[in-house]
Formats: sequence, C-alpha cells, structure tokens
Amino acid sequence: MADKLKLATTSLAGCFGCHMSLLDIDERMLELAKHVEFDRSPITDIEHCNPCDIGLIEGGVCNSENVHVLREFRKNCKILVAVGACAINGGLPALRNHIPLEDCLNESYRDGIGIENAQIPSDPELPLLLDKVYPIHEIVKVDYYLPGCPPSGDVFWTFLSDIIAGREPSLPYELIHFD
Amino acid sequence: MQAFIQTIIDKHEAAPVRLLAILRDIQAEYQHISAATIEILATALKLPRTQIISVIEFYSFLHTTPTGKYDILLSDSITDRMLGKQNLMFYFASQLKLKIGELRSDGLVSLNNTSCTGMCDQGPAGIVNGYALTRLDRPRIDAIIKLIEQHTPVKQWPAEFFAVSDNIYQAGLLLQAPIKPGDALKAHFQRGAQNTLAEIDISGLRGRGGAGFKTAMKWRFCAAEPETERYVVCNADEGEPGTFKDRVILNSYAHQVFEGMTVCASIIGAEQGFLYLRGEYLHLYEKLQAILQERRESALLGNNILNQGINFDIEIRLGCGAYICGEESALIESLEGKRGIPRNRPPYPVSQGYLNKPTVVNNVETFLASTKIAVHGGQWFADVGTEQSQGTKILSISGDCAKPGIYEYAFGVTVAQVLNDCGAYDVLGIQVGGPSGTFIDIKESQRKLAFEDLATGGSFIIFNQSRNILDIVKNFTHFFAHESCGFCTPCRVGTSLLKKQLDKITEGHGSAGDIVALEELCQLVKNNSHCGLGQTAANPILSTLQRYPERYAEKLKDISYEPGFDLDASLETARHLANRDDAGAHLTQVEED
Amino acid sequence: MHKTITIDGQEVPFEAGQTIMDAAISADIYIPHLCHNPDYQPHGSCKLCTVKVNGRNCSACTFPAMEGQDIQNHSADLEQDRLRITQMLFVEGNHFCPSCEKTGNCQLQAVAYYLKMHDNHFPHFFANREMDASHPEILIDHNRCIFCNLCVRASQEKDNKNVFAISGRGINKRLIINSKSGQLKDSDIDINDCAAHICPTGAILIKGTGYQVPIGQRIYDQQKIDEVSLAEESKDHG
Repeated sequence: MADKLKLATTSLAGCFGCHMSLLDIDERMLELAKHVEFDRSPITDIEHCNPCDIGLIEGGVCNSENVHVLREFRKNCKILVAVGACAINGGLPALRNHIPLEDCLNESYRDGIGIENAQIPSDPELPLLLDKVYPIHEIVKVDYYLPGCPPSGDVFWTFLSDIIAGREPSLPYELIHFD
Repeated sequence: MQAFIQTIIDKHEAAPVRLLAILRDIQAEYQHISAATIEILATALKLPRTQIISVIEFYSFLHTTPTGKYDILLSDSITDRMLGKQNLMFYFASQLKLKIGELRSDGLVSLNNTSCTGMCDQGPAGIVNGYALTRLDRPRIDAIIKLIEQHTPVKQWPAEFFAVSDNIYQAGLLLQAPIKPGDALKAHFQRGAQNTLAEIDISGLRGRGGAGFKTAMKWRFCAAEPETERYVVCNADEGEPGTFKDRVILNSYAHQVFEGMTVCASIIGAEQGFLYLRGEYLHLYEKLQAILQERRESALLGNNILNQGINFDIEIRLGCGAYICGEESALIESLEGKRGIPRNRPPYPVSQGYLNKPTVVNNVETFLASTKIAVHGGQWFADVGTEQSQGTKILSISGDCAKPGIYEYAFGVTVAQVLNDCGAYDVLGIQVGGPSGTFIDIKESQRKLAFEDLATGGSFIIFNQSRNILDIVKNFTHFFAHESCGFCTPCRVGTSLLKKQLDKITEGHGSAGDIVALEELCQLVKNNSHCGLGQTAANPILSTLQRYPERYAEKLKDISYEPGFDLDASLETARHLANRDDAGAHLTQVEED
Repeated sequence: MHKTITIDGQEVPFEAGQTIMDAAISADIYIPHLCHNPDYQPHGSCKLCTVKVNGRNCSACTFPAMEGQDIQNHSADLEQDRLRITQMLFVEGNHFCPSCEKTGNCQLQAVAYYLKMHDNHFPHFFANREMDASHPEILIDHNRCIFCNLCVRASQEKDNKNVFAISGRGINKRLIINSKSGQLKDSDIDINDCAAHICPTGAILIKGTGYQVPIGQRIYDQQKIDEVSLAEESKDHG
C-alpha cells in the first residue's frame, strides 16, 4: 500500500464549523484514515505544519497571526484548499470591513456597554488586527475552493476522494452551495 | 436663489433636454447644485428628482456639494504629466494650503484633477471655473494664487493665462485655402442634393472620429428613413487624451464646419442641428455663438437659407466632463439632458437617434471635409490618400517633439515621416489614436496612418527613450476606470480590476501568475463590454505587453504569489491604537525564510 | 413560414421583432441572464447573456433575431466569460450568502451555481454601502445591488411610479430612491408594487418573510436556474 497522504487543517478567522462539517463524513472517517494521515490540525494537536500533501484552511485572514499560519500552510502544503465561505470571501467576519477598525476596537474595548477598565489591549502576545478581513486567496496562492457555510460532509468526502484517487477534483451541481 | 433659478429655467424654456445647460448655469453661480435646487428643478421641469441627481452625479463638472468660488482643475493627461504637471499640482496644493480633491475650509478654492483637457500642445493645462488655462508653470501659479487670495474675478485675470494657440504646422486639403462662407452651400444648391451626396460618395470620405464609417452611406441611410423629423449632430466632444484638432478646427474653421452641417441637413432633410461641444472648450462657446449669428444674418442659417426654401439652425450644447459622451449614442443621450450611457444597438442613430428620430452624428473634421468636397468635388479629395483611406487626416501631435501641434497629412503617411516633421528624436514609441488606439514601437515607424494599417482619430503622442512605459500605461488605465460609465458589468468592474491588477504589478507586488491574470482580464473586458470604451480600455496594456514584455517582467518577483495590497500598512491602525511597534506588530509583504 | 436562427446547431424559429433571447426562451433554450426579465424592456447591462452571433459577441436580450444567424450559446469560452462576469458582480458588492435571507432564492447565487462557481477569483472591493431599513415593510441592502435596473424598470413600467434610479458613474454607481430624504419610507413605494418584488438578489427584501421556507428547501436548492427560468419565462411568452 502506498504511503498515506498527509493532511493538515486549521481555522483562521472562522468558527470551526467547517471542521465540524468535516467530521460529518461520519463512518467514512475510517475509510479516510486508511489513505490519509493528519498532520497539524485541531484533531491532532500538532502545533506546526510539516511538509504535507493537502492543507485545508477554514476562515479568512483577520490578524497577523492568521497571516503567519496561512504562510506556514502554503509553504508546507502541496495543495492548499480554501474551505468555506470565510476562507473564500472573508465571510461573516468580513461584515466588519465597512466599519473603520478604530470604531470596531473602541466599541469592543472602550465605549461599548458594560465595559470595565476600558482600554485597547496592548500585549506583544496578542496578534494585531488587519484593517480588513481578507479572503485567503488575496494573501497566498490557493489551489482549490470548497464553497459552503459550511461545505457539507459530502463536499469534503467528494473532494478528498478525488485527490486520493489522483483525479482532478470536481463538485457535482448539488454540492455547490454558498450557504 | 429661487428667483435666479427661475431665470435660468426660463432662459432654457424649462426644457428637460436642456437640463445640462441649466445645471451648468446653476453650478457656475452657486458652485454646486443643492438639494433645494434639485427640488425646484424637479417641479419646474417635471422630472423625477432622481433623474436630476443621477445626471449631476454622472458628469465630472457638476456637483451636489460645493466646490470653491475658484474651482481649479489640472489636466491629468499623460502629456501634461510629461510637462511636469504632478509637481505643479503638489506645489499648487501646498501653496493654497489644501488637499487635492478638497474644498478649502474658507470655501474660496478647490483643486482637483480632470481628464485630458485637449491642450496637450500647450500644457501643463488646467481649467478655472470652466475656462481653459494653458502653459502653467510656477510663476503663473503664484500669480493665480495671488488673484484668488485677492478675490479677483476670473474675467479680470490676465488674458495671456487663457491664451490658446492653434499651432498649425502643416496644412493640407482641409486646413489650406479656407472657402468663403456660403460657397459650399452655393455649389451644393447649384449641383443639387443628390449630386452633392454622389460627390461625397466619390470622395470616399469616412468618419474622422476613428471608426471610419462611410459618410455618404450614413447620410443616405438617414435620408431613407420614413420618419421625416431628422437631426444633424456634430460631435465636438473630443475627449481622447492627446486629441485637440477639433479645438483648432472650431477656433479657426468653424464656418466651414457649420456649413458642412448645413449641407448635410439639406441632403437628409433636417431642420435642427446640434454642436455638442465638450465642456473643456467653454472658451470657444461665445465665439461659436457669434459665428452662428453671423451665419443667420447672412442667410446661411435659419429660415429659407440662400432663398432655397431650406430651413436649418444649429444649437450649441455643452458637455460637462464625460469622455463616454464621445460615443455617438451616449452623446445623443447627453444631448437629451440625460446621463451619457451608450444605447443598445440596433437601432442605430441614423434610424433612431436624438429623441428617437433619424440622426446623423459626424465628427467635426468630417463636416469640414464635407464642406470642402461640396466645393471642390469628390475626385479632388479621392485623388489624395490611399485606396482604402481617401483624403487627408488631421493629427494632434503632442509629447516628446520640438513642435507639438496640428499636422494634416494625406492618408498613408508613414509614422517616420510624421516624427521627422515634428522634430521627434530618440523616440521610444508612439501612442497612435490615443489610449484606445495602439502603442507602437519606434521599430514600426514604417507603418502607415490609414484605416488599413494604423487607424486613428488623430491623437499622436510621442514618447522618448527617457519615458517609462508602465507609467504611461498606468495613466491610461486609470483614465478608463475613471471614465467608465458603469452601465455594463465587464467595463464597470473590469476597468477597476484592470487598474488594481496593473497597479499591483507596477508597484512591485506581482509575480508571474499576475501577468497571466492581467492578460485574461484584458481579454474579458475587451470581448464582453457594451461599447467602444470597454472594448478598447485594455488596449494600452495589451499593446505594450505584446511589445515590451520585459518591462513588465522586470517588475515581477520570483515567488508564487504576493498580496496586492500593503500588508504591513493594513496593521497600522491596530498598531497605533495598541501603541505597539515591536517586531510582532509588523508583517513582511512576503514570507521570509 | 417561420424564419429561423440556429442556436448551438439547433434550428430555432422566431417572429419579427423578437430578440435572440425571446426566440431562445420560446424554444426552451436557457441563456444565462440576470438583468433580463421578459416582462420588462430589455436592458443589456449584465452581459451574462453574451452569445456569439456569426462569430461576434452580442447580448442576446437586446440583439434582434435575424434570419440565418448562427448563434453559439454554450461553449467553454462563453461559459468561462460568464463565470468571470458573475465573479465580478460578487467582488463588486458585498455578497455574504450565509447571512442573506435571499439565499437559495437568489438568482445571482443560482447563476453562480449553474456556472459551477467555487470562488470569487478577483480581489474584493469591500465597497462601503448602506442599508435602508426605514420602510416598515421593505428593506434595501445596497451591499447586494448588482445594478440590473429591474426595480427601476418595474417601478416605471408596471407601477407607473419612479421610485428607483441608478446614479453615479463607473464603479461608484449606486441605486437611489426618489424621495426628498432619499429614504425608502418617504417614497411612494407600496408593498404590492412590482418593484418591491422584482430584485434578483437580496438587495430589496420584504420584511418579515425571510425564513418562511427553511434553507435547503428553497427554489434553487431544488432546481437549477435554467429549469426554473424557462418554466417561468416560457409560461408567459411561449
């Protein structure tokens, strides 16, 4: 049996919903495990990406840490996949894009209702926010896109099955959804 | 205010088709058109207020918020930039203590860019309260600032600030030996309408705006329409950057242009004509009105022209700063007092033009040529030029040459000949036909100006070896994005995407894939856009990518991808608010190993 | 005798005065479109219905059918261009389907599905657009406007009003409301106006109706837009 494909996953400015949806492949997970070994992923607790065949990115890019993680994935993954609405177009976090960042931070940390000890955090441990939330294809080159909020388990399964079988991935009409 | 607005409305007979003229007059008095004014106009003209708002927002010279008592615009044509316009702009802004694009807090003055004003042979050029300024330099700007700060009315500014020269360096069939007013009409009436049309046919005259449709055929189609209310329109909206020949023709040969329109009117059976004059040429307006009046008094215009029982008059309608109005169906929309959105075709203007009546729209130069042909006959014209491009072409030559100005050549002249005559040396390339035309390299200088080789509406911009190709292409690409009317998706979104993608590459954020994406986008915009603007907007990129791929390639990074925006700058607000500047508070543009 | 045109090799009859789109709909041939609705004057602005007529690109919704036209509607090149034009609309506005109550019933989204669009391809403009929730029954979210002009036409042609207009130029184009305040509540729009129901996207919505049908059971969750569109449009005109 050939070597297993290495798969890494992460969530940037996302809600982990896409990861939950990956788990929706249910018992097919056992079949997947025959062909795929998980590298960096919330499933494994591996902290940094090793050279991989596939990287699945959930979420858009909202802060400097997202940029670093995304670059690590791009550098290590032969195939990089934007998974879900947020990775593809910024998604719901990008609803803040028409509000100046200063207003967002002031509302959250200074002027909002019920805030005590109002101040905007200043800690080198915290990543800084970008002025906007960006889709990942505006930061690195992306090879494939799996639309959906989240993409269904079947989308993951179809895509990964194609890759495992060495086919050009293709989603049938029924699996293309933006919601 | 209400009284003034009423006077303006009355002056223009409360005609919705004269909405632009009404708005121009109000803008001139109040520096903008206020919400209250819009309400008054909506009631008086019986138009929805939204139509008035949409017209104001469409045209660059109309505003819903105040501009300065002195509203200054600098021409942002590539030729003005080559003459140092950018530095002058920064100087102007710093001396006036305002930001470009803004109104100074005292409301006295505003300063902004505008698309090419057609003074490329005597730039850097500008416009103050609608009137053209030429040959700007620092001393003149100092003087202008002084006049502004002293509140001196523009009418009292020194005349030399507004001096516009013709700069005719080579005259041919059209610009030599002007005919006496009336001579073409007399010859025409003597010969008979059908015979004059036959002469135009024999002449082989094709439209001089660039598209080159056979003039006689256009007139014949229009005359054959069953609808008898017909119109003649002269397109004097030459907005193609680098073109200024119509300015010169109208300044010194207007009689012959009007006479050509009158000949056309009598052939197609029109009683009303329009000269659609680009707003940038406001300085010609009074002079042209006087010439029209003179012609009326000489029975060359008005009722019963030369006792032939023919009635025809011409009205001048001014544009308000929109390149798209040079497109004939957009021009007709604008003539009707609307936004300049190109119509769906068919129907073509010859069958449904102004007010949906049959309309001939021709270029200024075409009417001038018609007049000459009416006098001298078609063969006189056809004997000159090439087999497919008869006659002569008037060129507007600008850029890097000793004698920028107007040159008339027989069609078929080589680029090399033109370069030699205007004193251009060390040439890198030439933009033939303006941004919507073709950028050719000096190696192609044996090519001919003619419909069968390099078709041109007349713009001929020369660039010497010191010029940066990408700066030129950038200026043109930004121009199209600014001038896109926004009607169709491929042009509205596509021209802005072209601008983004080109800027990404010229600013050094591009990689190999970005050139592929740029080319793909060019083809998409070119093949799917509604009108000529979108269909040609990618020409500057396409023609230079083809000729100078290395100029693009040297801007590229040897990486797979880089963001098209400044990543570190996008952290600036957060950095500032968190009061941080540590290493973790910054991002490199691309990953460093 | 009927005159005919040929669409993708199929003979299609047409009557004088019909556009290529009219003829195609009558023959049950789907040409993708967003700004077109057979009940209104053709507009020709979205350019999704671009077809090749004797080798030249034309908008099917405005171009007259003429004897002998050889028309290409489905080709890899045309579909690719349509995909890109759709992606242009997606990056121009702010189309976040998961938070839009029109999802599943949205024609922009359905055309994207039909064209197998997975991503937005281009950089996003993230345009700063407003929402007008002033009217008690009708909501306008300008983020989702694609300038198809259908509400403008519906208001003029069917409602005999003038509630909407398109203003601005180029990428700064915008939908404006005909009222002194510029707000919808002060206009003379009525909940029963055609203009209130014509929007192909989620830019004009009727309040209080958004989730009557659950996501997953909506129009384009069940059927592709070619089937839906032909069923609706040929019913009126076939």
